[in-house]
Amino acid sequence: MSAHQDVAHDLRVGSDGSVWDRLEPLLHRVQKPARYIGCEDGPAEPDWSGTGPTGQTVSWLLTYPDTYEIGLPNQGLQILFEILNERPDAVAERSYAPWIDLEAEMRGAGVPLFSVDTHRPAGEFDVVAFNLSAELNYTNLLNLIDLAGMPVRSADRRPRHPLVAVGGHCTFNPEPIADFVDLVVLGDGEEVVSEITAIVSEWKVSGRLDREAVLRELCGVAGVYVPAAYEAVYDGPDLVAVEPRWREAPEVVEKRTIADLADWPYPRRQIVPLTEVVHDRLNVEVFRGCTRSCRFCQAGMVTRPVRERPAEQVRSMVADGLRRTGYDEVALTSLSTADFSGIAEVVGGIVDDDACGRVSVSLPSLRVDAFGVDIASQLQQGRRTGLTFAPEAGSWRLRQVINKLIREQDLYSAVESAYSQGWRRMKLYFLTGLPTETDEDTLGIAELAANCVEVGKQFHKSPSVTVSVGGFVPKAHTPFQWFGQNTVVELQRKIHLLRDEVRRNRGVQMKWHDPRATLIEGINSRGDRRLGDVIESVWRRGGTFQEWSECFRLDLWEEEMAAHGLSIEWYAYRHRGEDEVLPWDHLSCGLHKDFLWQDWRDALDEVGLPDCRWTPCYDCGACTGYGIEHVVASATPPAGGSQGTGQDLTVGGSVPVDLLPRAAVVG
Amino acid sequence: MRVRIRYSKLGKVRFLSHRDLARVLERAVRKAGLPVAYSQGFSPRAKLHFGLALSTGYESLAEYVDVDLADVDGGSDGVTHMAVGPTGADIAALLQPSLPTGIMATASTEIAPGVPELQDAVTSSTWEVLLPVDAAAVAATAAALLAEDEIPVDLLRKGKQVREDLRPLLLSLEVRGAPDGTLLTFELGTKPRSVRPAELLAAMRLTEQPTGVVRTHQWIQSDGERHEPIELVAPSPHASVRAS
Repeated sequence: MSAHQDVAHDLRVGSDGSVWDRLEPLLHRVQKPARYIGCEDGPAEPDWSGTGPTGQTVSWLLTYPDTYEIGLPNQGLQILFEILNERPDAVAERSYAPWIDLEAEMRGAGVPLFSVDTHRPAGEFDVVAFNLSAELNYTNLLNLIDLAGMPVRSADRRPRHPLVAVGGHCTFNPEPIADFVDLVVLGDGEEVVSEITAIVSEWKVSGRLDREAVLRELCGVAGVYVPAAYEAVYDGPDLVAVEPRWREAPEVVEKRTIADLADWPYPRRQIVPLTEVVHDRLNVEVFRGCTRSCRFCQAGMVTRPVRERPAEQVRSMVADGLRRTGYDEVALTSLSTADFSGIAEVVGGIVDDDACGRVSVSLPSLRVDAFGVDIASQLQQGRRTGLTFAPEAGSWRLRQVINKLIREQDLYSAVESAYSQGWRRMKLYFLTGLPTETDEDTLGIAELAANCVEVGKQFHKSPSVTVSVGGFVPKAHTPFQWFGQNTVVELQRKIHLLRDEVRRNRGVQMKWHDPRATLIEGINSRGDRRLGDVIESVWRRGGTFQEWSECFRLDLWEEEMAAHGLSIEWYAYRHRGEDEVLPWDHLSCGLHKDFLWQDWRDALDEVGLPDCRWTPCYDCGACTGYGIEHVVASATPPAGGSQGTGQDLTVGGSVPVDLLPRAAVVG
Repeated sequence: MRVRIRYSKLGKVRFLSHRDLARVLERAVRKAGLPVAYSQGFSPRAKLHFGLALSTGYESLAEYVDVDLADVDGGSDGVTHMAVGPTGADIAALLQPSLPTGIMATASTEIAPGVPELQDAVTSSTWEVLLPVDAAAVAATAAALLAEDEIPVDLLRKGKQVREDLRPLLLSLEVRGAPDGTLLTFELGTKPRSVRPAELLAAMRLTEQPTGVVRTHQWIQSDGERHEPIELVAPSPHASVRAS
């Protein structure tokens, strides 16, 4: 198989529009065929009436560019799947990347990318929309566009081809893939998919003539970015501007934000797969957005403000979901679930609710304090899995730099609480390669882990702590977007330094992420349109599934960067200055650039920033710019722990949240 | 009470692995609100006891699972209670709405304490295999095979080549023409080990990919009698009937 062959897809399909009969014989020869059959519990029978090339109903293929096991649980796609299928003028199905073995069989037999719902060919849909959560999936994006039977470059596609849309966190800097996609959605998709549907429907009914015409129309939808409507201007290696070249295109594209999560109780019918997937449980999103202001965290920056779901709605979504799905585990999801107003009452209510039966509740992002563990313990009636804490950095100094203000004592009391309540295994998550990081900070990780093991020895003979270390990648729209990331050699050196130190302690295990993959993620995270050629070449040379260590090919990336005259040093390792035009300056998540710059300077000065959901607004821009605000049930922070502010809040409730050792002055 | 459930696995869901199917059934039992018993300990699991695994990709009209149900006495363990507990025979119908398309609970019955587990009790399975080849040649091969005293097959076990005799486990073999090729019907023993249909096809040098493989029966041979773990009252639909 070679990925670059322009496969002339055999478009023979069954009488029901399905390629199942041609796919079926291939499934006997591949690993885990169950991921290609669909048949899940949840989806309603898709209604294809009114579709067709010029029918008014718009068909969407919602695609995750990684395997079914990784992609199926994606809540964003499931939410849009339901919203679109509820609309009379839309129908939606789902697709995932076939693993390498099936892809080879499909290309050999001329079977195109298909939906798992009714096994329709991807090319029959009006919109093929991808969720992009990981930059290393960019080559898979190209592969799936090709497997769908379309030219990979949007300029080469004809009116009969589907529109290629992307959404998800990567799209806050989509410039590296700008040449391959037709439209990009920034921010929450709940409302915007309906507006896109209306415009595409009109275009179809009017004869589906000119692709540019519909793209021009789509420029007018708030939150939609059409890369073809802009031109990148360079001066030597430097980007001068990304400018509109169509009059319909706004100078800056603003993200979309739904004001109130209560209006969107989705998914109502979470899809229950028949084969094992990651996060295989009921997931109920309890709030969106986070204002903890961890400076490395793109998610916390681009999803502001905090919008809590009403506690009553959380309870009913959990009870209905458990009853309908048969799951015995529910995760209350958000970027920091212990911060949900009245979290203890909500989870207590679930556990005590007879209608829910025997159920485990998990909080995927546990706060590092004893309060969080107490909640977790209360929730774990059923199977008890490991606990993960994320102190992120090995010293208090560095945690001030990244604004993750967890004191050592918070961690130890959390760990003690966990061991005393029966947990035996703990995982600590750290980043390395953070701004200003010294070897002392790195080695502090080993010390924290060793101390946690000591705490555990009061309760167990051989407690075990796993340290997981990831290389830091600076992301667009964060205060660290100007920071030159650590080189592969430097990350490797730090990891070895830490590994040698950790080896002394038998209770500590260490895992780490491949620094070479960190480099490629970094290049793509802050890259510009010139990277498109590199991505295409790496894909043509077979570099798919780059998120998978067994498939990752640093050599391809390095060779193609060199072949296209692009410098790895320039894209990844170089610090940026305040005045530099960044490739995503024409895209906005609301944050003022001068707020981010000030926060970057504060980081270097080791000055923290409080959580604005409980303290006065410091005008980052996310609320004021869009005329929205936090939706938080309780004006005071939940009891217990340091709340990430470095202050003792054990009495909880009424304590004012100020920073120690000194208050932040921002803006 | 322990309930034995018989079910079929037809159509697209035949690509579910044994492990996937176990999880699907566990969820279905919970979703149906059956008062399933849980194991004790740190990680309680619903008490389901599975029979012989069916290879991924094969269909079946005769799969079995035993489920332990908690005594329905208005207990306080948080499970759904019914005013009057369902009888063993009701369970299949109660479970059906919670099963995916292609899995059909065809019968269920309460089984007495001390009845041997499915894994130990079942002694053979009957299979139907549809091959896209001409029947005459296959019939000749089958006759020759049945005439052999020994059918040596080479297996890789724990990294070592071992030679085994398939003949004692080949209990019957019939060949007849079918509209789409040749239909083989055969019975293969499961003691001391379960022989897979693919092994028999390999021994017959039939290399074509079968159009379909269906387990039609599992058998328990004891005291000179042969019976199914649960006999169906109605005759089972013909194996070529597909669910989807």
